[in-house]
Amino acid sequence: MEVFQSHRKSSSNNVSVSTLPLYRSAPPLEVRLEDFELFAMDRLRVLKGISDGLGRGKKPEEMENLVADLWKENMRHPQANEETNKDVISHFVLRLVYCRTEELRKWFLSMETTLFRYRFRFQSSEAQRALMSEFKLPYKAVSNAEFECVKDKLNQVARSMGQTLAAVDAVFYKVPFEEVPELVAGRRVFIYKGHAYVAMNQVVSLVVTQFRSYLSKALILTNSIEYVYKGIHKCTKTPCYRLSIKALIFCKQDDVYQVSICNLACRKWTSTVREQEKDRLAPIVEALCTRYLGPDYSQPNEVGEISVKDIDRIAKTSFPLCMRHLFEKVREDHHLKHGGRMQLGLFLKGVGLKLDDALAFWKAEFAPKVSAERFDKEYAYNIRHNYGREGKRTDYTPYSCQKIISSAPGVGDHHGCPYRHFSEENLRAALVRMGASSRVVEEVMDKVRNRHYQLACTLTFEAVHGSSCDAGINHPNQYFIDSQKILQSKVDGIQFT
Amino acid sequence: MTREEAENGIDDMVIDGAQQANAVPDRFDANYLRIYYGKLFPHADMFKWLSYGHDGKHPACDKSYFGRREFSFTLENDIYIRFQSFNSAIELENSIKEKCPFKIDIGPVYSVDPAKRHAYAQSGDNVFTPVERELVFDIDITDYDDVRYCCTGADVCLQCWPLMTIAIKVIDTALRDDFGFNHILWVYSGRRGVHCWVCDGKARRLTNEQRAAIADYFRVYKGNENSHKKISLPGPVLHPFLARSYTEVLKGFFEAKMLPNQNLLSSEERYEKILEMIPDASVASELRGRWQENKRASMSKDDINLVRWDQLKSVLQSGKQKTQGIRRCVEEIVFSFTYPRLDMEVSKHMNHLLKAPFCVHPKTGRVCVPIDPNNCDEFDPTIVPTLSQLLEELNREGLRQDADNEGDRTSLGESVKFFRTTFLQPLLKSCKEGIESSYNAKLQQSKNALSW
Repeated sequence: MEVFQSHRKSSSNNVSVSTLPLYRSAPPLEVRLEDFELFAMDRLRVLKGISDGLGRGKKPEEMENLVADLWKENMRHPQANEETNKDVISHFVLRLVYCRTEELRKWFLSMETTLFRYRFRFQSSEAQRALMSEFKLPYKAVSNAEFECVKDKLNQVARSMGQTLAAVDAVFYKVPFEEVPELVAGRRVFIYKGHAYVAMNQVVSLVVTQFRSYLSKALILTNSIEYVYKGIHKCTKTPCYRLSIKALIFCKQDDVYQVSICNLACRKWTSTVREQEKDRLAPIVEALCTRYLGPDYSQPNEVGEISVKDIDRIAKTSFPLCMRHLFEKVREDHHLKHGGRMQLGLFLKGVGLKLDDALAFWKAEFAPKVSAERFDKEYAYNIRHNYGREGKRTDYTPYSCQKIISSAPGVGDHHGCPYRHFSEENLRAALVRMGASSRVVEEVMDKVRNRHYQLACTLTFEAVHGSSCDAGINHPNQYFIDSQKILQSKVDGIQFT
Repeated sequence: MTREEAENGIDDMVIDGAQQANAVPDRFDANYLRIYYGKLFPHADMFKWLSYGHDGKHPACDKSYFGRREFSFTLENDIYIRFQSFNSAIELENSIKEKCPFKIDIGPVYSVDPAKRHAYAQSGDNVFTPVERELVFDIDITDYDDVRYCCTGADVCLQCWPLMTIAIKVIDTALRDDFGFNHILWVYSGRRGVHCWVCDGKARRLTNEQRAAIADYFRVYKGNENSHKKISLPGPVLHPFLARSYTEVLKGFFEAKMLPNQNLLSSEERYEKILEMIPDASVASELRGRWQENKRASMSKDDINLVRWDQLKSVLQSGKQKTQGIRRCVEEIVFSFTYPRLDMEVSKHMNHLLKAPFCVHPKTGRVCVPIDPNNCDEFDPTIVPTLSQLLEELNREGLRQDADNEGDRTSLGESVKFFRTTFLQPLLKSCKEGIESSYNAKLQQSKNALSW
């Protein structure tokens, strides 16, 4: 196997420094078919671990350890060359997998960026500087005179974050604020007349911004390649190629399947790969992206349809707390703000509420406050939109736990994850209303304190249903389906005995 | 009144408008709007603004620029037409006059003409995408319902409007001093809030991520309806931006206006809401005890709200209180009641539509006029010209024949003049310079290339 060079010449002393790959261009490497999938799976484990960590609201220091452990566990190789190869190959395979929809791209971009951020922090300062020059960041350190002028403000910012300014050797870069959006968003820099003063220990943000914007563009580009093969996938619906993961994707040479990642990642790959072989790739790619993101519950399949009159009953028996709360609120207030309408509305769609029923449901709930005419004007469009009947006609998928946990409900909002967004008092009261015993409430609160929101929800599920849920709760619609299954089996049990 | 009657009514009034100056009924009407668009709406200024200098003769002007901008119209019967585009000032003006939209929304500038987006879509490449858009903010008084007792929902009065005024002060100062923007337009939304358009080239080209970062920079509100922690100000000191907003705007406003006007501490129900925000129960109950006792003893001339606020401050900030959370609590209360609440989603995305300035709000009949951020204290939403008032003024002046510019003589004239002189002219000057300098840079580049 060829070795991909990730050594860069450091600008200062012309000595080669080993750094992180920036995945600027696909390396001209060949890879065995088995590795193609294995490497991708290993990287996915890392990304999924990062995603879980973020979902639990882990602090930066905790994330740093988590990323180091995940990397060591899944990506390490005794030989540095091999490790770099695996890094690069797996990145490019997943790039292909995750370029397919906006949602997938967003997830991949955010996880890869997080991964890069923490890996950058592990680098030696020499390697960090080499990477900065790789990105051609043109910034100079703030002069002493200027530093004296803004010292008080810089100090104030440092103290607002609970740090102190190391005044003596403090190095700051003055950069356009656009270059460090995350520092701006967190108010972690002093900004004056469009320039942010970035401390040396914050330059990771500068680099990460560059990395992110480059990868974002690259993903869009990769997607335009992918466009072609989706069409082909649709028209060849033979069942056999599901089994063909181990079969040939590309050229068979000397009994070793080889794939050129380079071809995958460039615009021309479709023309270099034979038609037939493209069909084999589709299932692999498809399997890879659903394996870790889980099903999206956009199609109500397992439980079937429900109608408006069922909602009351199933809300009591089978809705997770987040949806129960929204449902109770819309009953009480005859209104929900946009975030709440989206979260509950898409959930109900996943549960099996048809568009006409959804319109009837919301209209009836809003009726005391919103006239039928105003409803048709202001709300109906959005509901039809969610069902893919308006606008760009995307059939929107119900929100996952991760999305709900990371949402930020504000004034007047009732959406979000109760385990994360409720005050302790309100959460306790809500759990009691769901019928949880005081012992269960304490257990749940314990999980909440450790920011294991999904585990807290799982405990609630188990307490309410008197039955275990080994897989854990990852999606409100999964909660619903699992609940319905348990209830159904109880009913069946009674009938048969 | 049917449409015919309305039309007749207007005809009558034009004839003998001088005598019957008050005869225009105070309401919103498509026919009035037609006259407004015909005689008063500043079509040419809107075109100038949104062209950003590209309507000039300079070789570096991008002639397609204005034509790639999305306009959306909401017509009388709530028909909503998106993705309209216009290639010239005349096209824009004619379309507005002909369709007479109840509302005009301005969207982003796209990569291609939005009206022809389907044609481009067929080419397969994803080329139809927003490329430029003003950085916009939307602040709505309905989001302050938990801190105002005078009105709820869409209602607004002079007691609660100052919340909008200080929002303008806080955001405007930060946009200029922190972010370095210069071309900022504040507009009354016609009913219950204000809009802000940041029009610097740099602002128009921000990515969604950068927009979100600015919105988050402004965000201090972390609570939701199910958690009473509304404001979170961690750290031993405030970030310079928050500290400046607090000392220069919020603190003074809260103590001088908000406390007495909204009677925040006068009744048990209201002061309980503030006591709830104190993290230490014993401190809260000490204050509660004092206030319950002196219920009857409030004979003193001093405003009870101010007296109690001073008590609260002295208890919370006394040397006895060691924990940072308790001392910070005074600031948190002030921020909770006064700090601007932005509709974040509007600012975060390039392709969010926002109502155009100088539209007329169908519910109030008031014109969305610009607000001068330097004199925003003087802005009074209850005297903003209404559609019917403007028509009366037109009628009154109607008999004079020297009318070149009818708008100037109505009370809208001031607003249009303000828009032109303080916003549009400096903006166009800097756009021209921008176009010029980028052209010269390119010229220099190609010269260098040639000399190779």
